[in-house]
Amino acid sequence: MQVQAPQMSQATVWLVAVRDQRDKDAFGDLFDFFAPRLKGFIMRSGTGAAQAEEIVQDVMLTVWRKAAMFDPHRAQASAWIYQIARNRQIDIIRKESRPIPDELAQDPEAEPDASQILAFDQEADQLKTALDLLQPDQKEMIEKAYMGDLTHQEISVQTGLPLGTVKSRIRLGLNRLRKELKGLR
Amino acid sequence: MAAYASGTLPHPFAMVVAAHISLCSECRAALGAYHAVGGALLEKTANIAVTNSLKSNVMAMLDTPSQPTPVYDAQGVFPGPVMEALQGRSPRWKTLGMGVKQSILSETDSGSVRLLYIPAGQAVPDHSHNGLELTLVLQGSFSDETGRFGVGDVEIGDEDLEHTPIADAGDACICLAATDAPLRFNAFMPRLLQPFFRI
Repeated sequence: MQVQAPQMSQATVWLVAVRDQRDKDAFGDLFDFFAPRLKGFIMRSGTGAAQAEEIVQDVMLTVWRKAAMFDPHRAQASAWIYQIARNRQIDIIRKESRPIPDELAQDPEAEPDASQILAFDQEADQLKTALDLLQPDQKEMIEKAYMGDLTHQEISVQTGLPLGTVKSRIRLGLNRLRKELKGLR
Repeated sequence: MAAYASGTLPHPFAMVVAAHISLCSECRAALGAYHAVGGALLEKTANIAVTNSLKSNVMAMLDTPSQPTPVYDAQGVFPGPVMEALQGRSPRWKTLGMGVKQSILSETDSGSVRLLYIPAGQAVPDHSHNGLELTLVLQGSFSDETGRFGVGDVEIGDEDLEHTPIADAGDACICLAATDAPLRFNAFMPRLLQPFFRI
């Protein structure tokens, strides 16, 4: 299965190489790109550096072992890795394994559809641009909701803002994101 | 959905949401969109350098055979998250009377989640409507004053919901029901002698 590489995001190309060729160099590139981001991401929720590195190790090993499940038609590499990291973090916080939906079966005969993969990548780029356009306070709220293990209530306590303000800023931020992305759908 | 994706949902409800997503492509897409935002945020997160040995450790572990975590596939009407709770076994039904059976999957202080089996035409017995309750239909269907619920549909109930769900004709209705209040089935056992129940 050969996917047209040049247009796809670098991370997706690496992950497909890991999946199809068990390419350790590509895995090393993925590690170099994602490990420091994952560590930063995990430490934002108040996890210490040492435990954060343990989680990074778990997540990267899961990326290697579960690469066969990665389908670039359905998710971007960063979204797929985000999901693994979140699941791992939540399992550790809750000390129990979180129920996860069934994986959709992949049709091994299906030809890779480069245009669909590309559309995903473009959408993700647009998403990143849209995130940059948010008001700093909206962006901060969305980051807290997505990255820390914070409920709206906890965000309210941490920022000293009333709960209603927290909710409306998250809603405004997400609405703005939706508007930015509308042109793509 | 957002509460499930960010992991703040109590375990019983998380199981219902995960089972529902297994059956509903629209919600699967919504979860995918949530992950896309998460991925974009992850890519933009400020780097914090990892210690030098971490990469070599991980690279050295790639060829170590790992103890694969068991993956539970959907079986029959039961989606993967339910099979995981059942640890791959068939549900152990306990009779509640009138052909109604239940199989408790988990019961903790934060709530409980269980499977319910209701023969066609039978009313659903009262089962603790304190707090929030999510009911996902896995087989058959049931109807109540608020409408008809088929496979994949979720009914969201709270204290204010007063209804008498009745399994429709056809296959027996099998539901996954989660509540954040402790189970109170036993207290209602005498009421199972009545033909119908107001919940």
